[in-house]
Amino acid sequence: MNIVACMKRVPTTDLQPKIGADGKTLEATGIQYMVSFYDEIAVEEAVKTREAHGGEVTVITLGPSAASKELRECLAKGADKGVILVDDEWQSRDAHATARALQGKIEELGSELVFCGRVATDRDNAAVGPMLATLLGWACVTDAIELEIGADGACTAKREADGGVESYSFSLPAVITCQKALNEPRYAGLKGIMAAKKKPIEEVPAPAAGNQAEVVALELPPERKEGRIVGEGAEAVPALLEALRNEAKIL
Amino acid sequence: MATIVVYVEHQGGNAKRASLEALGAASSCAEDVVAVLAGEGAAGAAPGLGSSGAGKAIVLTGAASPDAVAAALAAAVKERGAKAFVASATSSGRDIAPRVAAHLDSTLFSDCVGLDADGDAFTLTRPWLAGKLLAKLRSNAPVLCATLRRNVFQPMSASLTADVSEVSLGEGKLTLTGIAAKEGGALDVAEAPVVVSGGRGLKESEHFKLIEDLAAAFGDAAVGASRAVVDAGWRPHAEQVGQTGKTVAPQLYVAVGISGAIQHLAGMKTSRVIVAINKDPEAPIFKVADYGIVGDAFEVVPVLIEEVRKIKAQA
Repeated sequence: MNIVACMKRVPTTDLQPKIGADGKTLEATGIQYMVSFYDEIAVEEAVKTREAHGGEVTVITLGPSAASKELRECLAKGADKGVILVDDEWQSRDAHATARALQGKIEELGSELVFCGRVATDRDNAAVGPMLATLLGWACVTDAIELEIGADGACTAKREADGGVESYSFSLPAVITCQKALNEPRYAGLKGIMAAKKKPIEEVPAPAAGNQAEVVALELPPERKEGRIVGEGAEAVPALLEALRNEAKIL
Repeated sequence: MATIVVYVEHQGGNAKRASLEALGAASSCAEDVVAVLAGEGAAGAAPGLGSSGAGKAIVLTGAASPDAVAAALAAAVKERGAKAFVASATSSGRDIAPRVAAHLDSTLFSDCVGLDADGDAFTLTRPWLAGKLLAKLRSNAPVLCATLRRNVFQPMSASLTADVSEVSLGEGKLTLTGIAAKEGGALDVAEAPVVVSGGRGLKESEHFKLIEDLAAAFGDAAVGASRAVVDAGWRPHAEQVGQTGKTVAPQLYVAVGISGAIQHLAGMKTSRVIVAINKDPEAPIFKVADYGIVGDAFEVVPVLIEEVRKIKAQA
């Protein structure tokens, strides 16, 4: 099977962002990067699928050349090849332009199964996966928590939805966006890390695109009004309920 | 006259509150609001939407595969030359909206907390970096496609009569073979007006009964959980609040035995009122809480349950 996992390089989750002087860019100095959390789950599912069905896993990232660091981590966990669609402004590229760029490469690779994380943790937009599927004309299950790929291309998946767990059946080709419960990503062993150094990473420029999502301003969220401790232990319960009733007007 | 198409979800013959919020937001940006509904029971929920701002309601009939629904929504946008498509940022809305956007050669702005129209120009506000920043964005897309965060926008009261019509859905690529609904019709943590959430301070899985009982005492509350207790297997992932769980903004969030790691706060710090109960006075949760009790959850919560029950019984 010709399997693809899409991966995004994102700032580490402990980042305390600083807004630049122009009020609309992030100060880049000191930012450390990582593989977006849900993309690790996507890579793991891709590798597991190859282990079950044979074939090859290509991890594609749209990002800077330096994203080879994150790609090597994916290769160390079992992916076979990496591709960087090079764009130094990857963090400003809108979701539609990103999906279009990925679509081109995926069609070129002749893949039939693509895994994405359900969201990228820097933007929480949750758009690229289903957009990509729509552009490719493929089936798409989002927020997948269980997945069975049949050898004949007949598949089933479970998806975590507001009302409960939805079960679907569908056929390949498909894009699956991965939710946390889908799998537990493996650790790369020393053997994997050493092997990753020899695996190929291809770099091609990402296609140019206009930007449909222009930043007007970046702001810190409004501060919450300072709260207070109403008391200690069970004796504080009446004071709490009093505050909720009369101050917060809840209850 | 500017037109906005709104995807409206429904349950038990009524539009969901989250969708009424989306209709309200759309109504404040355009005069012509078209509601589109799909799935069983849609025909029952459609007529009443005039009082929430929709002058027209389209009922999509047939199996509601998300890709088929998205194609129909995009067609409705194109047919009417609508300038925007909006849905609530529910799990269904977030599944369908990007597909609609792709059909319209447009990008998607999801989970927006602000939506402003200046003529045909739209400005969106949405959180970045797990809510550490708010980004104001101008849409240069051919059609503005957005999902709106729940509990932020207001439904509107109108006296329109929705003109209802039907369209059959095309064949979709996904077949829904079942839904395992939550037990006992329990409220989803992202929809409930009150969330009672528990963390590692409860020490053992069995003690989560305190959280369940407190939620039951409130009546319209959902149970939430920190990542630690979900990873420990005490609670299902669907209840997890936080960066790798759900983002919730209820009227009242009660955090019991939760220390308040940044990743948890990211999922609940825009709740209207936050109450924290924790043994440790230095716990970071107290920094975001409006009201805090420093104490042992096993002593405090049983008393709180009793008192909330009494208040609710009087109401």
